[in-house]
Amino acid sequence: MRVVVARVSKTFHDRKGRDVVALSQVDFAVESSEFVALLGPSGCGKSTLLNIIAGLLPATSGQVCFEGEPRPGRPIAATVFQEFALFPWRTVRANVEFGLEELGVSGIERVERTRRYLDMAGLAGFEGKYPHQLSGGMRQRVGIARALAVEPAVLLLDEPFSALDAQTRTLMMDELLHIWESTRQSILYVTHNIQEAVFMADRVVVLSRRPGEVLDQVPIKLPRPRRESQHADPVFVQAADRIWGLIKSQAQAALLDGEVEPGAAG
Amino acid sequence: MAVERLVVTDRTAFLRRPDYRAVRVLALLGAVVLWEGITRTGWVSSLFLPSPTGVLAEGLDMIGSGQLAVHLVKSLERLGWGFGIGVATGVSVGIAVGFFSLADAVVQPIIAATFPIPKIALLPLLILWLGIGEASKVAVVALGVFFPMAISTYTGVRQADPLLIRAAVSFGAGRWSVIRKVVLPSALPMVFAGLKLGAGTALLLLVAAEQIAADAGIGFLILQSGNLMETTRLMVGIVVLSLLGLLSHWALGGLERVVIRWRHT
Repeated sequence: MRVVVARVSKTFHDRKGRDVVALSQVDFAVESSEFVALLGPSGCGKSTLLNIIAGLLPATSGQVCFEGEPRPGRPIAATVFQEFALFPWRTVRANVEFGLEELGVSGIERVERTRRYLDMAGLAGFEGKYPHQLSGGMRQRVGIARALAVEPAVLLLDEPFSALDAQTRTLMMDELLHIWESTRQSILYVTHNIQEAVFMADRVVVLSRRPGEVLDQVPIKLPRPRRESQHADPVFVQAADRIWGLIKSQAQAALLDGEVEPGAAG
Repeated sequence: MAVERLVVTDRTAFLRRPDYRAVRVLALLGAVVLWEGITRTGWVSSLFLPSPTGVLAEGLDMIGSGQLAVHLVKSLERLGWGFGIGVATGVSVGIAVGFFSLADAVVQPIIAATFPIPKIALLPLLILWLGIGEASKVAVVALGVFFPMAISTYTGVRQADPLLIRAAVSFGAGRWSVIRKVVLPSALPMVFAGLKLGAGTALLLLVAAEQIAADAGIGFLILQSGNLMETTRLMVGIVVLSLLGLLSHWALGGLERVVIRWRHT
């Protein structure tokens, strides 16, 4: 399925009643089976945009639509959250089952799908643990398995690995790519990390600072499967430089501004 | 040149709180022994302070004759009904008020206005409405339990993590699913805090109500024994209340550990 984001704008009202334009006329699409990274400096409204696509926040104007064959019984989007957002009172297995329960999948199918995605995310043997018993990396594996289990048309990831340490992040990126190679699931991956975006995506949509607008869309023509050695590939370096060129001045302005993206936390 | 050597010492030593386990037991035991000793010397008349062994003997006697059971069963019945009704209504109202802003707008001011009333003051009114029988005593206990339950549950519901609610909604959960699968489990620790508060209030109101209008029950036993100067029987009643309080606290703690497993494992 194709995700089309058409002229989406979002205006917040700050505490003094002033309008803050977070997103302005954002236009782009995620093709079927494509891995798209949405990249921008802090305060560019990328989490806001992801929430609008997930249906968790209304857009002020414009619309998001999903085009393609109808897929009964399968949701349009599932989200992997930066702060994991696991239910602490549910075991690993029950967390992964959550979306299936809400979809009305029951009996043997629920058990089997849960097991399949637990295995895929490398959680075999951890089914009975509670989230607080797991490391950050394992928790986010649960988050990924929970989202994959509902087999959504598009998988939305909101800075999924930014709460993890650097080594774990590298490993988790590899694993996500590995899963994507086998499922070819459409992915929209929000990040502020250029290396991460270039390494993983087919295309990087670069957003400007507030008001967030699409600055450019950079195709990444690195062969797959991606390898860590490609970090030194001229194609990689050029793409990363081009993106950094686009957002450097914006990131500097964000640094000096020090304001937090409205609505990002809530 | 002289060389100085300064060894680093642990400067937090005085902040440590060792767990004096044996002292806990000995302190309680010591208090009882002291009490027994004072009564044995005869400095204090047993009419004012009966000895622990005397209270124990009287208690066993009352258990044997079945007198204690009569009072205890009556009290437990009232306590059970009152506590049950108070918890059920309190939790329901707490969830509704915490989750639906309309219910919040309607109920919040009413609760704020009625909460400060000492519930025992309502007993005469409740007797007028419900009669002198069981209903008025159950009602006053239920009222006393309702408020801490409703307020704790409300607080628990308001503390539910908005991120978890959004996550549930993103996976297709509707209003009732969110309440059942996110809001309620989030509120459980506060619900248990309310249960513990409510258990204490329930015991207090039960005894007060039984001392005002009853012909059986632990509260009645204490009042009647006092009137007849039967201090030993009176003390039996007080010990039973103390045991009831301890037992309910212990039972609720155990239940909490089972229900909120995910916090303790």
